[in-house]
Amino acid sequence: MSLHSQSSGRASAKAAQASATGPTATRIGALVALAALLAVPFLLYPVFLMKVLCFALFACAFNLLIGFGGLLSFGHAAFFGSAAYVTAHTVKVWGLPPELGILLGTAASALLGILFGSIAIRRQGIYFAMITLALSQMVFFLALQLPFTHGEDGIQAVPRGVLFGVFDLNNPLAMYYTVLGVFLIGFAIIWRTVHSPFGQVLKAIRENEPRAISLGYRTDRYKLLAFVLSASLAGLAGGTKAIVFQLATLTDVTWQMSGEVVLMTLLGGMGTLTGPVIGAALVVTLENYLAATSLPVPVVIGCIFVACVLVFRRGIAGEIQARLGKKSRES
Amino acid sequence: MMGTIFGIPPQALFGQLLLGLINGSFYALLSLGLAVIFGMLNVINFAHGALYMMGAFVAWLMLTQLGIGYWWALLLSPLIVGLFGVVLEKTLLSRLYKLDHLYGLLLTFGLALIVEGAFRHQYGVSGQPYPIPDALKGGQNLGFMFLPNYRGWVVVASLVVCISTWIAIEKTKLGAYLRAATENPVLVQAFGINVPRMITLTYAFGVALAGLAGVLAAPIYQVSPLMGSNLIIVVFAVVVIGGMGSILGAVLTGYGLGLLEGLTKVFYPEASNIVVFVIMVVVLMIKPAGLFGRER
Repeated sequence: MSLHSQSSGRASAKAAQASATGPTATRIGALVALAALLAVPFLLYPVFLMKVLCFALFACAFNLLIGFGGLLSFGHAAFFGSAAYVTAHTVKVWGLPPELGILLGTAASALLGILFGSIAIRRQGIYFAMITLALSQMVFFLALQLPFTHGEDGIQAVPRGVLFGVFDLNNPLAMYYTVLGVFLIGFAIIWRTVHSPFGQVLKAIRENEPRAISLGYRTDRYKLLAFVLSASLAGLAGGTKAIVFQLATLTDVTWQMSGEVVLMTLLGGMGTLTGPVIGAALVVTLENYLAATSLPVPVVIGCIFVACVLVFRRGIAGEIQARLGKKSRES
Repeated sequence: MMGTIFGIPPQALFGQLLLGLINGSFYALLSLGLAVIFGMLNVINFAHGALYMMGAFVAWLMLTQLGIGYWWALLLSPLIVGLFGVVLEKTLLSRLYKLDHLYGLLLTFGLALIVEGAFRHQYGVSGQPYPIPDALKGGQNLGFMFLPNYRGWVVVASLVVCISTWIAIEKTKLGAYLRAATENPVLVQAFGINVPRMITLTYAFGVALAGLAGVLAAPIYQVSPLMGSNLIIVVFAVVVIGGMGSILGAVLTGYGLGLLEGLTKVFYPEASNIVVFVIMVVVLMIKPAGLFGRER
């Protein structure tokens, strides 16, 4: 039933042999990645990197639900976009500092997550996807009509402000390290969740919900909590994005945005921790590249979608892990 | 003339109800196609909106490039969209039946992006007008409202198509095979029926319905590459409300929600975009399987 059952059997068989070398290799890998993330703004354009990090966090949040809970949400743009609107509004109109604005944006997404989650978890599988899509379309129409979102214009010229009253975010490097900090906090929360008993129960529900129920777990509560956590982290990404680009627009709440985050996760590898980050980096890079050509972006994105579904279902990180036989570390 | 009904002039009320009925006709045709496809393939066809758009575009291209008129388009356009569906099913969808159903949704989502993106790239986002055929120009004065002939035709045509599809599936031998194959494809195949071909034809029929809806819609809404993308999400909500279990349910829910949307436009126009989604939420709270659905 689950999207992952195809590979999980083999992975668990290899878990034993991998666990001996796993932890040190992972730790070294994490340190190298961290060093690279700290150094990279001196090599590449910071705005591009910040876009990658925001979308990477968004994709990681989405992946928490599909990859570890088996729930495909086709409406995650609602959380990303609402948080962007709330952050932009509170910072620009209320004059709040950026950290409070992002926090309020995240809180708004969490509330929306409770609301949508408690409705959507009443159905599973395809229905869950359609319900989340429909609910997020409702948010789109509200964003189009409510006065504070300014319709087609969106909220523009949002001031970046001064973080904690100390760091001036108009400085690109200060902004970059802030975004990196937000990303790392979000990633750490996801890592902690996945490796907690709660994460184990989620995986059990993903693999076989009736059995989890028969073991006495109230699966609806676990699913709702996972949904709210995922929505909040998507909101964290959206709020940060609003500060970075000083903009919250209708684009952030469209179903195309929901589809994009699905693609990032699918391409990078559903159910892996690093996959969504790789997928987000690739998709953002690709879109930047395509913007300079005359190729139609949706067609290319659509072709990648089809190719991933047909021949590349494990995604990049999933494929690498399967080759190296150390999938056990992450799922 | 008459006074007012609930403070609304009757002309406006019936006018909006007619618009609602027209929208409902398209909801019904599209959700019928989705339900037929889902019943047989267990795939939610995300490309349904794109194929509806394609149906309208094929009709427009035939008229402007080849001089082929509306009535021929009404026949040829669904056939072309259906053939396209055969190709999609044979080459792509058929590879996914053994996997989780969600992959079907993801694949058809990618297809929708490709089809819509390609038309958008070629023809831009602005709408192209499609003239009403001569035979259906003008309208009838019904006393309480003015009914344009073409709109009346759309309602009648979609009703006829929906009812004949329902009869074909519920009352004919072919329909019996289809329902049997939905329940247990292996057993039906053992009786010597070519189930894979039946699956292909079912998908083709479902998307041809979308193509037909596109041709019917062309003279009412303008022909534009984006005409299907928001519509399909409303139709998804319709399908969730009705439940995928029954063909009749999909059709009735389609018409009902169209009418309700029309009423909302009269009494509280700000909410007319979201009323279908609000009803979806209410139905999920009360009857999660949908109005006509069965809990699996």
